Amino acid sequence: MKLDNLTAIDVVEGIKSGNISCEELVCEIYERIERSKLNCFITLNKANALEKAIEVDRRKNEEDYRRKKLLGVPIAIKDSISTRGLQTTCASKILEGYIPPYDAAVIEALKCEGAIIIGKTNMDEFCMGTTTETSFYGPTRNPHDLSRVPGGSSGGSAAAISACETVLALGSDTGGSIRCPASFCGVVGLKPTYGFVSRYGLIAYANSLEQIGPMASNVTDTALLLEVISAKDERDSMEVKIKNNAAMNYCASSLKWDEDANIDIDIDIDKEVKGMKIGVPKEFIEGVSPAVKKSVWNAVHKFEDSGAIVEEISMRGLNLKYALASYYIIAISEASSNLARFDGLRYGLRLGKDENWHTTFSKIRGEGFGEEVKRRIILGTYALSAGYYGKYYLKALKVRTLIKNEFEDAFKKQDMLAMPTMPFVAFELGERIKDPLSLYLADVNTVPINLAGVPSISIPCGFSNGLPIGLQLVGKHFEENEILKAGFVFETLSG
Amino acid sequence: MKSESTNTNGVKIGLECHAQLITKSKLFCPCSTDYHNSEPNTHVCATCLGLPGALPVVNERAIRYGIKVALALNCEVQPQIIFYRKNYYYPDLPRGFQITQYDFPIALNGLVQIESASGGDGGRERGIRIRIRRVHMEEDPGRLVYKGTIDTAKYSLVDYNRSGIPLVEIVTEPDLRSPKEVRIFLGELRSILGYLSVFDGDLEGAMRVDANISVGGGERAEVKNISSYKDVERALSFEITRQKNLVRRGLKVTLETRHYDEVRGITLSMRTKEFEHDYRYFPEPDLVPIRISDMVSEIKGEIPELPDEKKRRFVSQYSIAREHANTLTYDINIADFYEEVASKMDAGLSAVWVADVLKGELNYRGISMREASKRVSADDFVAMLRYFKKGVITERGATEIIREMLDHGGKPDEIIKRKGLASIGSAEIEKAVLEVIKENENAVEDYRTGKKEALHFLVGQVMRKTRGRANPKDVSKWIEEKI
Ligand SMILES: [Zn+2]
Repeated sequence: MKLDNLTAIDVVEGIKSGNISCEELVCEIYERIERSKLNCFITLNKANALEKAIEVDRRKNEEDYRRKKLLGVPIAIKDSISTRGLQTTCASKILEGYIPPYDAAVIEALKCEGAIIIGKTNMDEFCMGTTTETSFYGPTRNPHDLSRVPGGSSGGSAAAISACETVLALGSDTGGSIRCPASFCGVVGLKPTYGFVSRYGLIAYANSLEQIGPMASNVTDTALLLEVISAKDERDSMEVKIKNNAAMNYCASSLKWDEDANIDIDIDIDKEVKGMKIGVPKEFIEGVSPAVKKSVWNAVHKFEDSGAIVEEISMRGLNLKYALASYYIIAISEASSNLARFDGLRYGLRLGKDENWHTTFSKIRGEGFGEEVKRRIILGTYALSAGYYGKYYLKALKVRTLIKNEFEDAFKKQDMLAMPTMPFVAFELGERIKDPLSLYLADVNTVPINLAGVPSISIPCGFSNGLPIGLQLVGKHFEENEILKAGFVFETLSG
Repeated sequence: MKSESTNTNGVKIGLECHAQLITKSKLFCPCSTDYHNSEPNTHVCATCLGLPGALPVVNERAIRYGIKVALALNCEVQPQIIFYRKNYYYPDLPRGFQITQYDFPIALNGLVQIESASGGDGGRERGIRIRIRRVHMEEDPGRLVYKGTIDTAKYSLVDYNRSGIPLVEIVTEPDLRSPKEVRIFLGELRSILGYLSVFDGDLEGAMRVDANISVGGGERAEVKNISSYKDVERALSFEITRQKNLVRRGLKVTLETRHYDEVRGITLSMRTKEFEHDYRYFPEPDLVPIRISDMVSEIKGEIPELPDEKKRRFVSQYSIAREHANTLTYDINIADFYEEVASKMDAGLSAVWVADVLKGELNYRGISMREASKRVSADDFVAMLRYFKKGVITERGATEIIREMLDHGGKPDEIIKRKGLASIGSAEIEKAVLEVIKENENAVEDYRTGKKEALHFLVGQVMRKTRGRANPKDVSKWIEEKI
């Protein structure tokens, strides 16, 4: 079986028509994973996945199976998402051996639609990183160049798609964690509007910023996966409130299913692109590497050539330096509280003989957390402490409001914004990890999007020395469908 | 301890009372709150165990109960509430933070009137106004269970059944002046919460209190962990004496948190280093602010007649003594029981029998009226009183019926028959009197020579012979006649 260029839609159609055996497909994927040098996965779900695949093959003609939107599609899950019965570590030693007794809302949705969970992907420990190097389980490598990082924190998911070790993947994005590795590995990744996808079961890093999102080899599969995971879920209060407040009828994608449950993509390329207003904020493109700048402008010109109205704009009020500072203060403050629960008392790491509670939990936290996690917990604890709360956390929230307003202003004139996802292409392993501050600066084009809470997609738009470059399209709140359509247009135009 | 030591002026006490609300499910998850008789860790889920990734969802009923409490305490309900995280480490706290309220609580500025003990404490008037500073909601942590005592146990176990039970925290201003006032205030509070049907004071640990105490304008000490309502007076008296002794010796009271040791009945200083917290409050990012102003008018309509009001009505409507009205209205179930009995029976007589006799028997058995009403209905009670009024049974017989109903159930007429409680006729009394006179010549002689006390002895003997089925006044007349 040829795994390269195999899309989720191909898999569903192939299985239904009898051209693809789900069991063979899954076996082939595991063979690839076992041969791989990339270290994309922390935990594999092999026995269970094969069992499910056989069931899919056996029951594919039953009416309710035919209607499953992801029938037999292999999917890799970032290890920050809880999977019932399957070890979930967040790439941390402190959660080694933790097997959640429940499924995240998105996992319930995937199972319901017939997806096959291949395993849990590698990531930066507790999502804290931009390279997947902070994982306790070792770094993941970039499939385009094994000496380079895949980006992070959802590096395992992006690399696995890129290397055909899965068809689809889920990531989570707090400040770029889906889009950065999508950009570095040359795949598509979408961060939904804050509140679009239920966070129930996502191990929290920074609650008010993060979203689970789809990753795939192409835009249509990304839309399909988003469609499945964005079902309303009462267990995420933020999602319920935000969806209730959304004035328009949001829809995940333009995908339609006909009476026989066959997928139908309802997009007229010429009509979509004509008159589409795309703003390119110069603050987001000025400082990036020349190759990235060139590639992104080329992409934007493709839209323009097909009838889009492109305008270079300025988001003057948006000081990216303050955006980064605001992002890191909010994220680490929330993280310092979120990570307090890991004390080894109820689950996760145990160390030899227990002593009194204070000593035992201090030792477990001391050994269980990596350097970057400890750094952020300490900084976050400091930022929230008495006397500093107003100076840091509250001020960061104010900056965030300003950034939100700045995006709203830009969207008064533009349908969407285009910019590079990352300022540069994938760098060498070990190159930046010793210098946290330079690494934090790599997030400069992605974190403002999370602060504003708007949706954004990263799409491959070229290469520099064989390394992929990502184009980032940013949409209005709940206009996932618009950026997906634009992405589809771009893919089609690029041939 | 001398009582005067706790009665002197200058004592100021403020309370933080935590009361469990009897909702069906917990504050942030669907787990049942009915855990008191369950095996440990059987009423838990991902959310109340604080498992990674699980999210809280607010139980609106709990918020409504909180608003109800605030209204009953005459508070100003706020338009919007926000939940905060209070960060600290303790093994009973599964997330490493408690979801509670900080800015934007449910309500501010309330008032509760209490009656001081008769005569007033420290010369205070009868009606004392205790200001309520704030009312807010929070989740209960789990519970540490020690094998043996806290000092001797080799390890402790954690039961998370209690984790996430909704608590309403009621904070008073330092308006209380003595441990006795505190007890009266807490009684009033329990009574009000019971009336609102949001609280069950009979459940273990249903109300827990922290107290801030200062004497003579000195620093205050906070006493934590007064877990039983009954311990409050003891804990506070100890602490006041401790502080006064310090002052007397010219030493200063330090601002500190002290832990109440209920076994030894003393308060102990918690080592400052370990227990002094910076809670790093910040708004819970998984929950949204809740507008509650729209709920208030509807909830106002659900507030029943409260104890104070009912007390006044009982005194005027049933013409009963104030003390009886106090006893009858403390527990809403007793008040309702009394009103049902009084609607069919002489209200004054009913008050005596419910407030003095029935309540006394309940206290003796340590059971609540709600529990007792499973065995004793108001109709049974009325039937029993009718027998008594007609003279079919004596006072002692009536009391016997109440005891029998409480202990084993049954109907009054059947109990009268089974236990032979019917008053006896004059022939039988005469027979018993003659026998007693014959058997107690010395006493009879004493009486004849003017020792009036001998009569009591003889009446007692007759009562014993008739097993209480005769009226002592009648017996006394018979004896005088026969001698
Ligand atoms: Zn629960």
